[in-house]
Amino acid sequence: MGDGLVQARGLRKRFGEFEAVRGIDVDVAPGEVFGFLGPNGAGKSSTMRMVACVSPRTGGTLQVLGMDPDVDGPRIRARIGVVPQLDNLDAELTVRQNLQVYGRYFGLPKRHVREKAAELMEFAQLADRADEPVEPLSGGMKRRLTIARALVNDPELLLLDEPTTGLDPQARHLLWERLYRLKREGVTQIITTHYMDEAEQLCDRLVVMDGGVIVAEGSPAELIGRHAAREVLELRFAPEDRPPAAAFARLADRVEELPDRLLLSTADGERVQGEVARAGHRPISALVRRATLEDVFLRLTGRTLVD
Amino acid sequence: MTAPTGIVPGHARGVLLVVEHFWTWYRRNWRATAVSSILQPLLFLLAFGVGFGSLVDGAGRAATGGVPYLVWLAPALLAVSAVQSAAFESTYPVLSAFKWQRVYHAMVAGPITPAQVALGHLAWTVAKITGTGAVFVVVIAVFGGVAGPGIVGSLLAAALTGAAVAALVMAFAATVENEGGPFNALFRFVVIPMTLFSGTFFPVDRLPEWVRPVAWISPLWHGTELARAAALGTGRALALLGHVAVLAGLLAVGIVLVTRLYRRRLTR
Repeated sequence: MGDGLVQARGLRKRFGEFEAVRGIDVDVAPGEVFGFLGPNGAGKSSTMRMVACVSPRTGGTLQVLGMDPDVDGPRIRARIGVVPQLDNLDAELTVRQNLQVYGRYFGLPKRHVREKAAELMEFAQLADRADEPVEPLSGGMKRRLTIARALVNDPELLLLDEPTTGLDPQARHLLWERLYRLKREGVTQIITTHYMDEAEQLCDRLVVMDGGVIVAEGSPAELIGRHAAREVLELRFAPEDRPPAAAFARLADRVEELPDRLLLSTADGERVQGEVARAGHRPISALVRRATLEDVFLRLTGRTLVD
Repeated sequence: MTAPTGIVPGHARGVLLVVEHFWTWYRRNWRATAVSSILQPLLFLLAFGVGFGSLVDGAGRAATGGVPYLVWLAPALLAVSAVQSAAFESTYPVLSAFKWQRVYHAMVAGPITPAQVALGHLAWTVAKITGTGAVFVVVIAVFGGVAGPGIVGSLLAAALTGAAVAALVMAFAATVENEGGPFNALFRFVVIPMTLFSGTFFPVDRLPEWVRPVAWISPLWHGTELARAAALGTGRALALLGHVAVLAGLLAVGIVLVTRLYRRRLTR
């Protein structure tokens, strides 16, 4: 038994005939931010619910904080924080009451939860809404409150299931900044997401999941280095004069054909852009960008993450 | 990083923490529910106890054992209103906590277990209907429907009946995935017939013989018999013991079911 906060071997979850998680190995070390990246239905949330000790595993072994969720579920849950995919705040209570009531479930004294609630409302930038009901708050505010609530027991491990899905860019960046602050404080985090930029921004290490299995593992930079060229040239053509992908095979390491554009992977995007022009192709737009996890995912599965 | 502070509360303490959550909600929102939860029994009291009772009191004293109809009806109304509130509080609020607001899911994300959630919500429902019943006792007294201190026993009988019904209905609600049909059917085909044929407004022995077994399987009939016996000081000890045993048995079955079904639904 290592000192990993989470250790899974051959972990499986079956719902009737459907096997959502088909034997995965995961190790999460203290202090790191670990990500599960994958499209909807990849098995990320099922995995998270098993780690959160609210969904019994069907097969394999799982240790969380050195304990078995089947045996010590409540003891583990007392020491972790959970941000679920769907908000489950008590909409008819105030911001402050949500934090206090929830803190009490962890056996914390009233005085402690009062102080903790005040501290967490500062953290979540909700102090000015402290005594207002939750219902009318914006999506971003509710999400921040849900995260604050998950911290009420000072957890060793924070589980975030698609923390920013459905938020506008400004709200996302504010959330990322808060999560980064937690990371600096040493809070271990496990995040599921289908946003590549989120995984790149937040995760020290991640696994790419598809169809219930892990298809790649590493840091964002490692994954990009291993599975994608350094740069990507995106070419958009009018439908009527779009050349076949094969026309560019010689110019780039790899060509991906998407419905609306062609992606040319290469070490030097500008050079390839020049060669495309010299070959007489006239794209409507051409964009050189750094390769991202999206390209890794496309390479590994042949599909885009978010359609 | 600060050391984690969470611990696992003991079993009973966890149940009480769930009650505390609902109490926090109630302290904020009681005005909205207090009026409606007392209004309905009050309307029954006025319509039947006072209005209909004036008709009965001339000729019907034989059926009530010689007491005024209002006095005869009042303890049964306590039981009826406990059962109706129990059924209502255990349907939509439970479905909402599973499905819409998902508050149950938040509770079990911490060290609280699904069984503690079920028992806590049940305990809260029973506390609430008992409190409402106590207020109703005062209202009945104002109208002259209270014969003596035995009405406290009626309130306890109503609470026991409400507890049994609440546990069974919560267990049922834990199996409901979508609103509408199942709850409407429950109210139309179970709760309303039970209200009409459990000896609340007239003695069950006035029913045709073949209908009477319907009353015997109704928890409300057992509760009504108990509540009325307590208020009027009537009833044979063995029969009363039997009613208590039936209600306690239903409550026990309800508790076993509700804790199992909550666990099944919250740990998929």
